Amino acid sequence: MKAVLALADGKYFVGKALGSVGEVTGEVVFNTSMAGYQEILTDPSYHGEIVTMTYPQIGNYGINPEDVESNRPFLSGFVVKEACPFPSNFRSEMSLDAYLKENNIVSIEGIDTRALVRHIRTVGAQTGIISSTDIDPDSLIEKARKAPSIVGRDLVREVTCSEPYQPTEGVWKLGEGYVDCEQTHSSYKVIAYDFGIKRNILRNLATLGCNVTVVPAATTAEEVLNMNPDGVFLSNGPGDPEPLHYAQVNIKKLLGKVPVFGICLGHQLLSIALGGQTYKLKFGHRGGNQPVLDYQRQQVEITSQNHGFAVDEESLGNDIKVTHINLNDNTVEGIQLLSAPAFSVQYHPEASPGPHDAQYLFERFIDLMKKHKKGVKNA
Amino acid sequence: MPKRTDIKKILIIGAGPIVIGQACEFDYSGTQACKALKEEGYEVVLLNSNPATIMTDPDFADRTYIEPVTPDVLSRIIAKERPDALLPTLGGQTALNTAVSVAESGILEKYNVELIGAKLDPIKKAEDRTLFKQAMQNIEIDVPRSGLAHNYEEAVKVIEDIGFPAIIRPSFTLGGTGGGVAYNREEYDRMAILGIDASPTSEILVEESIIGWKEYELEVMRDTADNVVIICSIENFDAMGVHTGDSVTVAPAQTLSDKEYQILRDASLKIIREIGVETGGSNIQFGINPKDGRLVVIEMNPRVSRSSALASKATGFPIAKIAAKLSVGYRLNEIKNDITRETLASFEPTIDYVVTKVPRFTFEKFPQSDATLTTQMKSVGEAMAIGRTFKESLQKSLRSLEIDSYGFESRIFKNPAEYVRNITTRERDELISQLQIPSWERMWYLADAIRAGFSIDQIHQLSGIDPWFLSNIAQIVEKESVLLTYKDQLNTNNQDFIDLLREAKQYGFSDRRLAFLWGITEYDVRDMRHNLAVLPVYKRVDTCAAEFEAFTPYLYSTYESECEAEPTDKRKIMILGGGPNRIGQGIEFDYCCVHGAFSLAADGFETIMVNCNPETVSTDYDTSDRLYFEPLTLEDVLEIVEIEKPEGVIVQYGGQTPLKLAADLEKAGVPIIGTSPDAIDRAEDRERFQALVNKLNLLQPQNGIARAFDQAEVIAEKIGYPVVVRPSYVLGGRAMEIVYDVERLRDYMKYAVDASPEHPVLVDKFLQNAIEVDVDALADGRDVVIGGIMQHIEEAGIHSGDSACTLPPFSLPEDIIAEIRRQTIELALELKVIGLMNIQFAVKDGDVYLLEVNPRASRTVPFVSKATGRPLAQIAAKVMAGKNLAQLNIYGEIIPEYISVKEAVFPFVKFPGVDTLLGPEMKSTGEVMGIDYDFGNAYAKSQLGAGVKLPRSGKIFISVKDSDKEAILEPTKKLIAAGFTIVATSGTATYLNQQGVKSERVNKVKEGRPHCVDAIKSGEICLVFNTTLGAESITDSYSIRRSVIIYEIAYFTTMEGIKAGTDGILAMLRENLDVKPLQEYYPVI
Repeated sequence: MKAVLALADGKYFVGKALGSVGEVTGEVVFNTSMAGYQEILTDPSYHGEIVTMTYPQIGNYGINPEDVESNRPFLSGFVVKEACPFPSNFRSEMSLDAYLKENNIVSIEGIDTRALVRHIRTVGAQTGIISSTDIDPDSLIEKARKAPSIVGRDLVREVTCSEPYQPTEGVWKLGEGYVDCEQTHSSYKVIAYDFGIKRNILRNLATLGCNVTVVPAATTAEEVLNMNPDGVFLSNGPGDPEPLHYAQVNIKKLLGKVPVFGICLGHQLLSIALGGQTYKLKFGHRGGNQPVLDYQRQQVEITSQNHGFAVDEESLGNDIKVTHINLNDNTVEGIQLLSAPAFSVQYHPEASPGPHDAQYLFERFIDLMKKHKKGVKNA
Repeated sequence: MPKRTDIKKILIIGAGPIVIGQACEFDYSGTQACKALKEEGYEVVLLNSNPATIMTDPDFADRTYIEPVTPDVLSRIIAKERPDALLPTLGGQTALNTAVSVAESGILEKYNVELIGAKLDPIKKAEDRTLFKQAMQNIEIDVPRSGLAHNYEEAVKVIEDIGFPAIIRPSFTLGGTGGGVAYNREEYDRMAILGIDASPTSEILVEESIIGWKEYELEVMRDTADNVVIICSIENFDAMGVHTGDSVTVAPAQTLSDKEYQILRDASLKIIREIGVETGGSNIQFGINPKDGRLVVIEMNPRVSRSSALASKATGFPIAKIAAKLSVGYRLNEIKNDITRETLASFEPTIDYVVTKVPRFTFEKFPQSDATLTTQMKSVGEAMAIGRTFKESLQKSLRSLEIDSYGFESRIFKNPAEYVRNITTRERDELISQLQIPSWERMWYLADAIRAGFSIDQIHQLSGIDPWFLSNIAQIVEKESVLLTYKDQLNTNNQDFIDLLREAKQYGFSDRRLAFLWGITEYDVRDMRHNLAVLPVYKRVDTCAAEFEAFTPYLYSTYESECEAEPTDKRKIMILGGGPNRIGQGIEFDYCCVHGAFSLAADGFETIMVNCNPETVSTDYDTSDRLYFEPLTLEDVLEIVEIEKPEGVIVQYGGQTPLKLAADLEKAGVPIIGTSPDAIDRAEDRERFQALVNKLNLLQPQNGIARAFDQAEVIAEKIGYPVVVRPSYVLGGRAMEIVYDVERLRDYMKYAVDASPEHPVLVDKFLQNAIEVDVDALADGRDVVIGGIMQHIEEAGIHSGDSACTLPPFSLPEDIIAEIRRQTIELALELKVIGLMNIQFAVKDGDVYLLEVNPRASRTVPFVSKATGRPLAQIAAKVMAGKNLAQLNIYGEIIPEYISVKEAVFPFVKFPGVDTLLGPEMKSTGEVMGIDYDFGNAYAKSQLGAGVKLPRSGKIFISVKDSDKEAILEPTKKLIAAGFTIVATSGTATYLNQQGVKSERVNKVKEGRPHCVDAIKSGEICLVFNTTLGAESITDSYSIRRSVIIYEIAYFTTMEGIKAGTDGILAMLRENLDVKPLQEYYPVI
């Protein structure tokens, strides 16, 4: 069955329908990871996006019940060069196409994804539409133009949990799967704000001995402090941080009272809470090969990234130290508040998918909580 | 940290001659290293014995030593040059072993030389099996169960623990020499002994077999700040059990989830840190159990490897260049990515295409060898192809191999109509055995198995190949059956058909394959495609999947919508490369292509390289202005020409590969520059060549053309035995033989070549005991300049690629040389040669015979260029592009005062069971050069460089044929005077004793034990002289020649070789061989 991907600027690609039959709009972006599509599909940060995989053969190792970052796919649409109908892997249980169908994800295959990526790189990420029900390019371009942009929208509302919960799953091990890490004693109590949280963040925290409670994005600072946490975690999530005033306000109130660690959207929200500003990148950073320099260790880590907005270095006050930068474009990748225990990174130390180079950041968070705990006791 | 300033002078070790397991990838890496370090302002000293390399060009290092790569020579160079640092990680295992040996001898400490790249301890930790296993245990990474053995008794003990099948790996060897898989005790005993022998440390590792597991490789780089990045992951198509050099391999890894890939990545980081490789590239091999994902590490190379070259070409990330920069202190984040310009080397390339590498074998050269693929590498070259899908890249890779395959031709069914028929029981059995036993042909049988209705699972069970790969081949076969349904209705107005055609091209089907399926010609398919605008586009290899702009036009074809070729309107010349290395066509031709590119770039042309060999310097993205990594077939070349519209195309530099295309390209209107294809044909076509010889009144051995045995018999009777017989149009002496009698002639005509009217056989008088001479010359249509005259050491009848030769000639009379010059000039003018020409002559009884004329670059061009200091290939390129020799100031022949000897290097040790006797069929894989002012010295160097262990004292074993007995006398006497003793077989001993030369008699093998082979095996013998005549005597002495190979004893099998070898040994004893850089040999201008 024919399908068409059209962009608001008039460019379109004709391919074959993949996954669910239908029509969907979203911001068209690309991810350069060569594997890890299942984690990408289930990453809530992709809510509102049509994700193009730059690697041409996707679905080779199928879909398994383990490699998920949430309970379902969140992205709007999926674009690949060739989807594999015959997955081969000892953990595989279904094909990519079957999974996309099951989850009603409208997707397209068989297009020149490299041409699409080059186009996005040149003109910037923009709204697009995939359709297998309407294959008239002109009509689709028109629809893409009318579709809402992700700038200025609160997408977090649409992905955050409705009730608090306490996950106990630890990190994945070959042959063992996700080891349960229910904390029985002497652990750190962490409240994790769910702006669209990836499970692997929670798994990393649990594996390091944290007792984590995930709370909805709109949970107030007072409610959080009442839970008496050792640390607060600000999660990743979709879209523009700017309109999320409620989160910014809450974060501001938490600072200085409890150690705070933020990732991705959490990093942007922390920066805004500290008086900084964010801006939209031309086409974002999405992939598993982004080099980041850690000023403190003077080492380069290869990181997993997924963001369309970035923190403006110029906007950051004197109280804030930039701790990490992206070596490709020198954008801010990490900050630290000098006057209170809070730090954040733009990238994804939890990886999944991607390299594990930055896992040390979770330990930094633990250290921070340890220090703070001691400090509080001594005081 | 920026680069180190405490180091000023760096010594780089090259890999020496091309051998199986160590090919021109190390020229690629060494050249990059030389360039990178010179750019950084370091004084670079280079040691490499291989004259066919780009790195040994005098411009690439400040001081270039073309000397044997041995610990002794390296020590001398260190003593002389006093470098600050020694970089051993870019010259393969040879460089690493040589450096280790010198480091252990204390020389580095003595002269205060620092090992950079990798220190001694990490090298040992990675290379020594016990230390490596220990290191892996420290970081809790599994290795296969294993044990070490140093002798038979230990080997027996080890196998009791491990069980069958077991893998035997000798320590410190190239390409797994002497290794293998043993399925039973008998095989094990044989392999264990062979392996212990093959190892320089007399050590083997016996391992738990993980045959059938999936095999992966990761290319890892590390800098002094402990930044580590993975450049590329590679997945083997063939399961564990086939050496990775012999496997079809694919990049990136295809069937690993991110979680599983990250296990490999984490392990690689841990491994490089634990082993402690300080800077540069390393290659780590893993096995993964497909049933549960269990991972074991197989080995690590603490250096740049063959896979690094592949990974560099596959990703665009120049591993060797970066490794060189890291070795002098740079960090990854201090080095720019050339391709994107904006970003840095501290990242992990991501690719948006699939790369397939296929090995190229030459089993036809070694018919007695076992063609089963095992853990011992047997391939001599490789081709790589890039496509947007595995299917496309796989089919492109098959036609890149240049073995007359253009896709998945059937091995079972005669024609496409048969593809649907049921197979017979016999065919089924054949298929099953072909799937089970890995061989170079298995790829094609996989497709047949699918045609024959085998299920993917069945094929997977039989072959161990991952179902993902098999399913892709199944898709190709399915597409093929759809294509066949259109056979009688190739309707170009039918949109379904047009779509199908495009899909077929996206699947990588070649025009030629489509033509075969449809029963039309390749031209028909191309015309149809062009009319329907089903055309390839070119995409860039950019390290980053288009995330950043790519400034380097490194391109591959695919059938997509957007083309990124962006051809310029500059004046441009395209050079067609040589494709995969094989015996007869290797690095020498790549050398010529690279020189062509350099030279034309210097003249202001835009240069375009087309090649598909990932090991080469020519496929480096900065060798030419534009690189098309494409198969060298008519279809692929024509499409590039169409896009680029070059002003000229050079076909005479890449060996037979582009030459074969010349006529068709010209027919298609491609502007071929240099000597015309017609002149090339005039030299190659037997009858036209004869007319040429007659016209110029030259002498040729008497000959005739036979289309059946009786014709051949008549010709042979007329011209007299022995005769040389060969099929017309042969490469590298393929199926060429010297025939001494009518019986053998009958066999040859019947079995060896199956002569027919379409495939005639050439019968030439064999000139016994003639001296063969090679000439390389330059011509511009008006002037001819002799590049070099080389006298072969071995007599005519040995393939010129296998003979040692000297420049200038060492024993030819001046009038003969003058006659050779005269004939060369006449031929060049008559053939209107523009560019290079090579001629082979034979000299007998004062007459000069013309054997062969090749109006193109020859294998000896790099050697002659190094020997004379005149870059022939560069000059010829300028001539082809329109300049004349006078304009270029090229006059007269350069006749050096020093002697350069070229010696061939053979792969016999890799092919158990193969005889080592030389003949008209070329068998060598590489060459070395020895250079000195004295013939003996130069020859000795060439032997040492070739790995021949010339003895200084000891017992020499002599067994020569009757006609050589008189000639052996003099060398024997000289050697006795130098302190050697002699043992000889009865005939030779009797003769020597009669002549008053003392020799001990030893039994021939058939005379009972103890015999000469026992003496060789027990280490009594230091040198073997063995010449033979006739089938019986050849069979008798076969075990002698095999045992000297295994025990690494110097041996000579021709009388002329014996004489030269004697001169070499005497020279070596007379004075210690001195070392001197090329730059000091050349006269100061």
